[in-house]
Amino acid sequence: MAASVPFNAPIIAEEEFALSKNTVWKRFRRHRLALAGIVALGLMVLFAVFAQQLAPYDPNAIDNVHWQGTPLAPGVAHHVLGTDEVGRDLLSRLMYGARVSLTVGIAATLMEIIIGTVLGAISGYYGGWVDWVIMRITDVFLSIPLLPLLLVLTAIVSASSSKASLSFGVIVIIIGGLSWPPVARLVRAQFLSLREREYTEAARALGNNDLRIIFRHLLPNAMAPIIVQATLDVANVIIVESTLSFLGFGIQPPTASWGNMLSNAISNLQVAWWAAVFPGLCILITVLSINYMGDGLRDALDPNTR
Amino acid sequence: MRRTLQAVPLLILISMILFIILNNAPGGPLAPYLQNPHITPADIERLKHNLGLDRPIYFRYFVWLGQVIRGDFGYSTSNSQPVLQAILERLPATLELQVSAFLLALTLGLAAGIFAAVRPYSLADYFITTLAFFGQSMPVFWFALMMQLAFAVHGIHGFGYEFRLPSAGISTYDTFNFSDRLSHLILPTIVLGLLQLALYSRFMRSSMLEVIKTDYMRTASAKGLDGRTVLFKHGLKNAMIPIVTVVALALPGLLGGAVVTETIFAWPGSGRMFFNALGQSDIALLMGYLLVLATLVVFSNLLADVTYAWLDPRVKYD
Repeated sequence: MAASVPFNAPIIAEEEFALSKNTVWKRFRRHRLALAGIVALGLMVLFAVFAQQLAPYDPNAIDNVHWQGTPLAPGVAHHVLGTDEVGRDLLSRLMYGARVSLTVGIAATLMEIIIGTVLGAISGYYGGWVDWVIMRITDVFLSIPLLPLLLVLTAIVSASSSKASLSFGVIVIIIGGLSWPPVARLVRAQFLSLREREYTEAARALGNNDLRIIFRHLLPNAMAPIIVQATLDVANVIIVESTLSFLGFGIQPPTASWGNMLSNAISNLQVAWWAAVFPGLCILITVLSINYMGDGLRDALDPNTR
Repeated sequence: MRRTLQAVPLLILISMILFIILNNAPGGPLAPYLQNPHITPADIERLKHNLGLDRPIYFRYFVWLGQVIRGDFGYSTSNSQPVLQAILERLPATLELQVSAFLLALTLGLAAGIFAAVRPYSLADYFITTLAFFGQSMPVFWFALMMQLAFAVHGIHGFGYEFRLPSAGISTYDTFNFSDRLSHLILPTIVLGLLQLALYSRFMRSSMLEVIKTDYMRTASAKGLDGRTVLFKHGLKNAMIPIVTVVALALPGLLGGAVVTETIFAWPGSGRMFFNALGQSDIALLMGYLLVLATLVVFSNLLADVTYAWLDPRVKYD
């Protein structure tokens, strides 16, 4: 491997100037929709963090005074977005639901990125049989459609737990633990090319050990695509979590999540459109914002890939 | 040929990992009994012994694999029939929906992508790319609810007509009626196809843009060919090649989406059957369904590779 460095390789690695913070921000700023995405997502995060302070009502409290058995329409009796089928304030539940969706989205993505990065780094850096084993496992999980597999696992876990409910942590672990293969592939591909660079060679010649080379020299240079992937995956996880919750195998009521609010709304579609429209709109806005942010980040961080 | 042979060990590995996950997940096939106060631990032990669950996992796996190779995927407790029969019986309905959604997504997606690529950064291009971005960000189940709300609950009014579509099932009558079947197909097809449509249009656009910039396109124009011939005969053919891979990679999503779409629209297919089996710890059926899906994915990837090499002779696989 030592002799494989081409003689005429560029002396400055392109990452060095591509990743200066100023350039990244300048390029990101040009993407108007990404900026709009940041603003919209910022609002959602604000609602989620300060749900307790901002929500006009307790998310699980039933408005006994006004609610007569049918959902209250938006604007009726100070419920800005109306109430759901059992008289709980929709806006308040949406705010608390934002907490669930965003937390699950970020936590599961973090887990997925950590697992994927570690496995991909090992695979790409060492190669050989380690690489072979990790890639075969990756192939397996890439061949099984994610949603059905997640449904089976959450169903089995919920059938076994005595409370018959899935805790927050279980959902995060199941989603994060199964969605890492694309990340592993991405990181592996990066490492395969980075390990042939001169600076890797130099770091090795200076006597650095593998761990230090991987974390200090290779990983920082592989960060750009990982960050883009992580951003887009937060959006994916939010959709997956809300789908699971909608189907009854995710976050369990009475805890409000955008997904499980919709599963209650489906039976009241005829009388209360608002209960079906607003939670989905929250998901759409959040996911759209994150996707546009990811798009902007990709343009800013590595304009070559598209 | 060598790649076909590689698919077999992959499938065996998939079955192995699925088997281990499903059989070691907390609960397992006896979960419904564990919460029943009338069933004593001794009963559980007896059940385990009778079902062979007290044997080591590798032993059980090989027994199961032996049965699967002979076409026996076990017995579905939630359908009271063999797993394979249960899946095959519901396959036509699933295929009807999958194929129509796929055709819709492919034709509209490619057309929109080409249309946008030919007029880059025009108003039409922005409109199409924005729409595609929305489509990719849309939670499918919510889109389904909105379609039901618009077309089934309220109906679309215009030109003095009220336009309504059925929101559940595959047909109203027992006997075959073409317009009835078609009207039931429309909403689930749009919902299932949306994500793919968005995906294909984005990829087609960028692929086409890439091709338009190439030298051979300039050469073709320089030869004096008219724009249409250059675009379709020289451009489209080459731009379509990467789409083959995208289509194959999108297949898991299409198959996974079927579970959601079929469940919401009460479509009598295998996706809904799978969903119904979830709450009933019907491990044999869940395992069989996942294995069938994985097999389809593996072979579609293989097909994509082969097609790709056939379309683009520059690509060689060892």
